[in-house]
Amino acid sequence: MEFQLLIEQLLNGLQFGTMLFLMSAGLTLVFGVMGLINLAHGSFYMIGAFGAALLAEITGSFFIGLISSFIVAMFAGVITEILVIRKLYKKDHLDQVLATFALILIFSEGIRWIFGAYPLYLNIPSELNASVSLPLEIIYSKYRLLIIAIGIVIAFFLYILTSKTLLGIRIKAGQNDREMISVLGVNIKTLYTIVFALGAALAGLSGALIGAIQSVEVGMGEPVLILAFVVIIIGGIGSIKGAFVGALLVGVTDTLGRFLLPELFKLFFDNADANLIGSSIASMSIYILMAIVLIFKPSGLFGERSA
Amino acid sequence: MMSEKKLNFLILIFLFLVPLFSMLLNDIYITTLFSKIVILAIAGIGLNLILGYGGMVSFGHAAFFGLGGYIAGILAFHFNNYEPIQILVFEFEGTNQLLLIWIFTLIFSSILAFFIGYFSLRTTGVYFIMITLAFAQMLYYFSISWPTYGGEDGLSLSLRNQIPFLNTMDPTTFFYICYVWLIITIILVKLILNSPLGISLKASKENEDRVRSVGINPKKVKLISFIISGAITGLAGSLYADLNRFVSPTILSWQMSGEIMILVILGGMFRLYGPILGAFFYILLEQFLGGITENWQFWLGFIILLEVLYAKAGIMSFLIKDKYDEKTSS
Repeated sequence: MEFQLLIEQLLNGLQFGTMLFLMSAGLTLVFGVMGLINLAHGSFYMIGAFGAALLAEITGSFFIGLISSFIVAMFAGVITEILVIRKLYKKDHLDQVLATFALILIFSEGIRWIFGAYPLYLNIPSELNASVSLPLEIIYSKYRLLIIAIGIVIAFFLYILTSKTLLGIRIKAGQNDREMISVLGVNIKTLYTIVFALGAALAGLSGALIGAIQSVEVGMGEPVLILAFVVIIIGGIGSIKGAFVGALLVGVTDTLGRFLLPELFKLFFDNADANLIGSSIASMSIYILMAIVLIFKPSGLFGERSA
Repeated sequence: MMSEKKLNFLILIFLFLVPLFSMLLNDIYITTLFSKIVILAIAGIGLNLILGYGGMVSFGHAAFFGLGGYIAGILAFHFNNYEPIQILVFEFEGTNQLLLIWIFTLIFSSILAFFIGYFSLRTTGVYFIMITLAFAQMLYYFSISWPTYGGEDGLSLSLRNQIPFLNTMDPTTFFYICYVWLIITIILVKLILNSPLGISLKASKENEDRVRSVGINPKKVKLISFIISGAITGLAGSLYADLNRFVSPTILSWQMSGEIMILVILGGMFRLYGPILGAFFYILLEQFLGGITENWQFWLGFIILLEVLYAKAGIMSFLIKDKYDEKTSS
């Protein structure tokens, strides 16, 4: 029993981690390539979820909803990049933090304006809303398995994209030397827009995927945004590999921490105290993880240089 | 256009007269609103010491603001309950005496700032922004999941904490308490900025190697400034808790850190009085926009965005003209 529960929690951690990876991938690219701190990344997560909920409602198809979350967030990304973000690349981090903080206010209030203050619901289709039996008598949600699968497929796709394609080579080159690659005839502006929009689209997709488990509401993006920042700081800014490892590490630490720490403290305290202390520490565990990583590796696990 | 000195003086006079305006307009809410402005200004001045003068972008100052708030709340909570605070084998009595609460706040905020600063200052740039944020988030989640002091619901104070011979429940009295703290903060920060510490802090921002080459340890300078900054912001948080007679995890949230940062930048960094104007405009904007539209945050976002993109030097630079203008507008 304990063992099955542990595996189930581990899978939950993986699911959480892959979702965080979708969020972090765009953030780390934008951060690494353009040197931009984008606090508004969580807004694309929210926009994707709202787009999915709206289109799933209209068309009646969950999958059209998922696909449109990607497209809607991508468009929002393109527009934001052209109107605002472009002006921020040359500004310092402080200005970027402020401007994108302002964007959060604009997006959140804008969405509330359009959709009202009540959460929307995005329903998982019945064929996915079931459990499957895995080996070793483990029973697990089909939908969560799907999220893990999507996450892994996208991670693979991003790995190929950044390491094997022309676009990826250009992104890497842009990361190293912005001037040089524009001298070589690459339109750096368009490249940046593509990278930004891709990141936004992935955030939108993860918003829709998670929106179906939780609810679709204003402000849903910010808690995830902060976690995504923790992920890319742990993984090292600009590294897709780092984002993947960091996301899984954060996902598993958080989920298993909540499950195991209260158990651990039961060895020292009585049950009520152990639950209290355990869950309090568990809620901080990923930040503790991040602080420890930064103290020993100030530029993250896979970070090449300090930004 | 006027000189910075003159504008600073006008700001202080204006604030001093606020309770009078409030009385003339027969609206005591104005005094309370300005208490909030003054408190946020203190927090902002604290942050600006390291942000503007030291170049350290702390995105986690809510940690100190919230700690101050919770110290005021927790001590009063235990005072009202007659239950001592137990930490391991030690027991402390709660108190509702502001003077004591302030001392505790200053001590504990400094300790927290030493701890956070010690580890955070090993990093720079983006990593510094994020690690300070991480520490604040730790406290935020801890405050939510620890149920003794209300958890997510927060903690209410039945009365404001007290000072002998003063009635702190009176809005005017409380405003002047905050005002006095503002003056103390301004004098303190001004003294620091003109002291060897402040000068080496400003120098460390420009070039750490040069500071090191004259035999000063820039890390130490930054850490000491970080501690002072944290203590000031903590004190503001403690006043804030007393003003609202309520503390909740919201004052530890990253939005709080963002708000303090915004008002510093809105007012103008590199200027001692900048955060005061920043707090003034931020709160008035919030009130004004909140009065005309439910979606005021939308427009607030717009204004901040325009300010960042087109008017970097802050509000103070609109009002005065001096040598800083060339340096700050990029």
